[in-house]
Amino acid sequence: MTGPETLDCRGQRCPLPVIALARRLPELPVGAVLRVLADDPAAAVDIPAWCRMRGQEYVGAVTDGYDVRRLT
Amino acid sequence: MSTYFDAASAAPLHPVARQALLAALDDGWLDPDKLYSQARRARQLLDAARGSMAESLRVRENELYFCASGTEAARLAVRGGLDGRHRVGVTFVRSAVEHSSVLQAAPGVDVPVDRLGRVDLDAFAKAVAAPGVALAALMSANHEVGTVQPVEEAAALCADAGVPLYVDAAQSVGRVNVPAGWSLLSASAHKWGGPPGVGVLVVRKGTRWLDPRPTEPPANLPAVVAAAASLRAVQSTAAAEATRLSPLVDRIRTTVAATVPDVEIVGDPVGRLPHLVTFSCLYVDGEALLHALDRRGFAVSSGSSCTSSTLRPSHVLEAMGVLSHGNVRVSLHSDTTSEEVDRFLAVLPGVVADLRAQAGVSGL
Repeated sequence: MTGPETLDCRGQRCPLPVIALARRLPELPVGAVLRVLADDPAAAVDIPAWCRMRGQEYVGAVTDGYDVRRLT
Repeated sequence: MSTYFDAASAAPLHPVARQALLAALDDGWLDPDKLYSQARRARQLLDAARGSMAESLRVRENELYFCASGTEAARLAVRGGLDGRHRVGVTFVRSAVEHSSVLQAAPGVDVPVDRLGRVDLDAFAKAVAAPGVALAALMSANHEVGTVQPVEEAAALCADAGVPLYVDAAQSVGRVNVPAGWSLLSASAHKWGGPPGVGVLVVRKGTRWLDPRPTEPPANLPAVVAAAASLRAVQSTAAAEATRLSPLVDRIRTTVAATVPDVEIVGDPVGRLPHLVTFSCLYVDGEALLHALDRRGFAVSSGSSCTSSTLRPSHVLEAMGVLSHGNVRVSLHSDTTSEEVDRFLAVLPGVVADLRAQAGVSGL
């Protein structure tokens, strides 16, 4: 079984993980989930905030990462 | 041309504070506790400062303690408030957006805030009504986003629960009135235009509070005199200043939202301090933004993680669930002019656009 597509942004400081998310998500089909791995503590705040500002779904935090579903 | 927009960190020294400080350095360098006649002048100065400060804060003179900083005043309020009620319990209830000096004074239960930074009063009521609560803390208004907290309502909830309320009023004293009903209050002269190094703690009569210090250290007399004189001066113009600055903050809020794409204006647009506004710019590095504005002559503050020594985002922005990168706090003061604000608003969109272009995120 394969999990969601993963972006490895570990070691990157904000806003880089959010920028990587914003670049990659529109390339996925609507409904797909993207997992962003990030260890910068700001990602825990900024990824849900980006989803709210961009109308995408913040699915939740997983180990070392955050799942985002493309809605639009 | 340089423009200082960080009054919430340190307000420029008020002319009255400067004048009083210089006079008190000449007249008030003696130990006011000595009995010889030369020390009498120092004692008179200290007594007069205490009387003036008590009047400004509308408290009794013997409820007032001077200390070395607002941070120390906050620590004394929390430690002494907890120690005074250790028989009741050890729990310290506070909003999640208190100043770090309050949060770090003792471990505690953090009450959440909403997206605007306003404390959840239902959760606050539940938390203070739980058994074993020694002390509750709610700031008068937030130092990072300007949101004014419902102190009056919180004080009523605390009274019902029999729990003393500590109010960190550092951003309000000298600018706006603080509602009554609290048991402990702290402030910092540095924030109202007084000299650095003077914290004020008020412990209302009847409050169980144990001074955690082995002895009360002597006050920095010249600085205390300057703090008291400047508080009196700023209070006399506070209402007019609020009326002047609040529309400037409104102008920043509406113009930034209209001229900078993908920006989140943070904090309560209405129930807020008159002089402070915060916003976050998507995809922009907060440190780069701060330095770019500095190069154009604007001194601002930021709650972004890259600008903090701990590399953690501001706990305030985190608790509110708002964007933490690309964050800028602008805080105005009595020297701030409408022209300075307009110049900032003219420069900001280009600065943000340049940083986004450099990072290759334009139109993302």
